[in-house]
Amino acid sequence: MSAPAIPRAVRERTLLRSLSLVIVGGLLIALITGALSSYRNLQLAYGGYYFAALAGLTVLAGLSGQISLGHGALMAVGAYTSGLLIGNEGWALVPALVAAAGVSAIIGIPLGLAASRLRGPYLAGATLAFAVGLPALADKFPSTFGGENGLTINPSMPPSWLGSNFALERWEAWIACACALIVLFVLYNLVHSGVGRSLRAVRDDEIAASLCGLHVGRNQTVAFVVSAACAGLGGGVFTVVNQLAAPGSFQVQLSLYLLAGVVIGGLGSLVGAIWGAALLVFLPNWTTDLANSFSLSTNVSHNLPLAIYGVVLIAAMLLWPSGIQGGFRSLGSWLWHRRGRRSRSPGAPADRPSAAS
Amino acid sequence: MTKFIDLTLSGISDGAIYAAVALALVLIWRATRIVNFAQGAMLMITTFIAYAVIGAGASYVVGFLAALLSGLALGAVTERVLIRRVEHAPPLNAVIVTLGLYTVLVAVAGMIWGNTPKSFPAAFSLRGYTVGGTTLLFTPNDTFIVLVVIAVALGLAAMFRFTSLGLQMRAAAFAPEVARLLGVRVGRMFTVGWALAAVAGAIAGVLVAPSVFLGPNSFDPILIGGFVAAVLGGLDSPPGAVIGGLLLGLALSYVSGYEGSALVPLAALAILVLVLMIRPSGLFSAAQERRV
Amino acid sequence: MLAVHELSAHYGPVRAVDHVSLEVSAGSVTAVLGANGAGKTSLLRTITGLIPASAGRVIFEGEDITRRPVEEIVRRGLAHVPEGRGVIAELSVDENLRLGGLWRGRDAAPRKEIYELFPRLHDRRTQLASRLSGGERQMLSIGRALMGRPRALLLDEPSLGLAPLLVAQIMAMIRRLADTLDLAVLLVEQNARSALSVANRGVVLNLGRVVADEESHRLAADEGLRHAYLGF
Ligand SMILES: Nc1ncnc2c1ncn2[C@@H]1O[C@H](COP(=O)(O)OP(=O)(O)OP(=O)(O)O)[C@@H](O)[C@H]1O
Ligand SMILES: [Mg+2]
Repeated sequence: MSAPAIPRAVRERTLLRSLSLVIVGGLLIALITGALSSYRNLQLAYGGYYFAALAGLTVLAGLSGQISLGHGALMAVGAYTSGLLIGNEGWALVPALVAAAGVSAIIGIPLGLAASRLRGPYLAGATLAFAVGLPALADKFPSTFGGENGLTINPSMPPSWLGSNFALERWEAWIACACALIVLFVLYNLVHSGVGRSLRAVRDDEIAASLCGLHVGRNQTVAFVVSAACAGLGGGVFTVVNQLAAPGSFQVQLSLYLLAGVVIGGLGSLVGAIWGAALLVFLPNWTTDLANSFSLSTNVSHNLPLAIYGVVLIAAMLLWPSGIQGGFRSLGSWLWHRRGRRSRSPGAPADRPSAAS
Repeated sequence: MTKFIDLTLSGISDGAIYAAVALALVLIWRATRIVNFAQGAMLMITTFIAYAVIGAGASYVVGFLAALLSGLALGAVTERVLIRRVEHAPPLNAVIVTLGLYTVLVAVAGMIWGNTPKSFPAAFSLRGYTVGGTTLLFTPNDTFIVLVVIAVALGLAAMFRFTSLGLQMRAAAFAPEVARLLGVRVGRMFTVGWALAAVAGAIAGVLVAPSVFLGPNSFDPILIGGFVAAVLGGLDSPPGAVIGGLLLGLALSYVSGYEGSALVPLAALAILVLVLMIRPSGLFSAAQERRV
Repeated sequence: MLAVHELSAHYGPVRAVDHVSLEVSAGSVTAVLGANGAGKTSLLRTITGLIPASAGRVIFEGEDITRRPVEEIVRRGLAHVPEGRGVIAELSVDENLRLGGLWRGRDAAPRKEIYELFPRLHDRRTQLASRLSGGERQMLSIGRALMGRPRALLLDEPSLGLAPLLVAQIMAMIRRLADTLDLAVLLVEQNARSALSVANRGVVLNLGRVVADEESHRLAADEGLRHAYLGF
C-alpha cells in the first residue's frame, strides 16, 4: 500500500474547492489587472513566478519537514528551458512552459531520490551544492547557454482576440498568475491527497509511518519532484516576463531569497507563499528607495535586500517561527477564544493551559 | 603524466583546505548537532578582516592573527547569541538560522568591501617547484597550506585527547546531561566548540584566499567541499573529516583538471549523493546508523 | 545537610513529584523506595535541577539551591549517579573518572583512591567504558561521582541488573562510604529489602507523594506498607 486511501467524497470535495478557488482567483485577477498600471501589472507578474517557486518550497517544507536550497537553481533550469525552446526552437508559450516544468521535474528526480534518503541538514547541504554548482554550467557551455549574458527572447505578445491595445504587461501578469493558480491547484490537491497525508505522518513519526506500510521514500520523492516542477514553471515564466535568462539571476542568493520568503510567510502555508512572494517583489523596491533617500553607496544599497532577508530569517526563527500566516492564525484563534469566553461566562477564570514548567 | 602528478598534488593542497573546513563543521556538529551553513561566510568575513589589516600596512602574520582572533570571537558570539536559542528547537530552525547568518554576513561583506573579488597575498611563493626541468603546479605556498592544516588537525587531536578542556568538550558532545551532572559547564563547552571551529575555518580562509580571490561568495564552493568532506567522514569524526577532505580534494582536482572547474561543485554534489546512498553514516564513521 | 521541602515537578500536565519533603543528614543513608513510576528518578532529577521544580525548595548545606543550574549544584558537592549508570561509553574508564574530578581541580580525589576501592576498574582503565559489564559500569559511575569529593550523593538504582552478591557488596560499600566520608546518601532503590538493610531512614513514594517516612527498621517491619508498596 502506498498511501492511505482517501474517501471519494472527500477527494471530490477537495477537487471542487480548489477548482472554485482557482476560478474565482482567475476572474479576480483578470478584472484587477485591467485597473492596474503596467508597472503594477509587471510586479504582479513577478509575484506570480515567485509564488510558484515559493509554494513548491513551502509545501515541501510543510509536508516533509525538509528545506531545499536548490529551488533557485531549479528555477534556473525552467528559465533556461523555456528560453532555449522559445528563443532557439520557436516553441509556443504553453508547450515551452510545460517543458520548463517537465525538465525541472526530471532534474528534480535524482535530488528527490536523495531527498527521500536524507534528513535535515543533509538535504539542505546537498541542495546548496546544487545551487552553488548549477549556475557555473552556463559558463561551461557558453554556446548553448549564452555564458554570462544568458539567453534573450522576444516578448510573448498578447493574442489578437484580446484587442490591439491590450497591454503587454497585463498579458504577462495573466500568464504568471495563471501559472501561479495552476501551481496552487496542484499543490492544494497534493497536500490533501493520500501522498500529502502520508508525508505528514512521516514528518511526525517516520518509524511509525514506515511500520504502517507507508512508502516513505517514494512519497517524499513525489513531493520533491512536484515541488521542483513548480519551481521550474516559475522559472519558465521568469524568462517569459523578463525576456532574459542569465546566470546572474540564479545565484545562490536566489535560493536564500526564496527561503526567506517561505519562512516569513510561514513554513508549510500556501497562503503564506503569497506573503512571501509579495515580500520578494516589494522589498528590493523599498530598499532601493531607502538607499536613495539616505544616499547610501551602491555597495550598501545593492546588498541591503540580502541583509534584510538574512535578518528576517534569523529573527523569524528566533522570535516568530510560524511566520506571517502563523501569526494571523494565532491572532484569529485568539480573537475566537476571546469571543467564546465572553459569551460563555463573564467572570470565569481564564482557561490557562494547565500549569507546567 | 605530469598533469596527473600536478592534479594529484594540487588535490592534496585543496583537500587540506576542505579538511580544515570539514573539521570546523565536525567540531560544531559534535558540540551542538547543527550543520553550520554559515561556516563559509564566517571564514569569508575573517579573511576580509585579515585583508583589511594587511591592507592597513600590517604584516601577513599580523593579518593571519587578526583572522584567528576575529574567528574566535565570531564563533563564540554566534553560539551565544543565535545558536543557543535554537538548540532545543526542531533541527530545521537551526538550519535556517545558520543560513540566515550566512545571508547577513555575505550582505555585510558586500556592503563594506563590494562584490568584486580582491586578490589576497600568499605567505610563500606562488611559483611552482621545478623538478628535473619541469615546473610543477605545486608551490611553496601549497606546502605551507598542507603543513598548517596538518598542524591544526594534530593540534585539535591533541587538545581533545590530552587536555581537560578537550575531555570536557568530548563529554559535553557525547552525553550532555551526564556531563552536566559531573559539573561540566556544557553551555560553555558548546561556545568553545563554535569558537574553535570558527578559528579552524578562519585558518582555511586565509590559506585558500590567494587562489580563489576574496569576494562575498568566493568561499561557497569551499563550504560545499568542506560539507561533503565532513559527510564523507561521517560528520562526527575529526579524523574522518581529514581523510574525507583529502579524498574529496583529489577527486575534485581530477574533475577540475580534466573536465573544467565549472563542474567542481556539481561533482561534489554527485559524490555526496552517492556516498549518502551507499553509506549514510559516512565512509569512516564508527556509528552504525545515522539517527533517523 | 540536604533538605527537600514540599518539592513538586511536572512533565507537562503529569505531576511526577508531588510536594515531597525529606531530609538526609551527613553520614546517613536515606532510602527512597516505591514501585515503577512512583517518581523516584524524577525526585532526584528535580533535586539536581535536571527537571525544573514547579514548587518547593531544595536546601543544601544551608543554602537554597532550587532552580540553580545543574552544573552549579553539582559543583557545590552534590553528586548524582543517574539511573542506568550514565557512564560515557565513548570515553575510557580513566577519562570517565578524570571527568568526575575536574571541577574540583587540585582537590579532587586521586584516581588511585578510587582504583583501590574498585580494583577491577584499574585493570580496565584504558578500555572504553562501552566495554564494561553492568557491574563494572556501576562501579565506574559511583567511583566517578566520588572523584569530586562530594558532600552528598544521590544514587539512582545502583543495584539495577546486578547479581545478588554484587548487590550486597554495593550496598555494604554505600554504607561504608557514608560512614567513612561522612556523606549524606539519598539511595533510590527498587530492591527495598537490601536498601533498607543499610539505610538509616526509608521514604516510600507512591504517585509522586510521600506515603511513609520512617526509620528503616520500622519500615521493614511494617507489614502493610511492605505488602502495599515494597513487595517483600
Ligand atoms: N520524560 C518524561 N516525560 C513524561 N513523563 C515522564 C517522563 N519521565 C517520567 N515520566 C513519568 O513520571 C512518573 C514518574 O517517573 P519516574 O521515572 O520518576 O519513576 P521511577 O519511580 O523512577 O520509576 P522506575 O522505578 O521505573 O525507575 C511516571 O508516571 C512516568 O511515566
Ligand atoms: Mg527510576
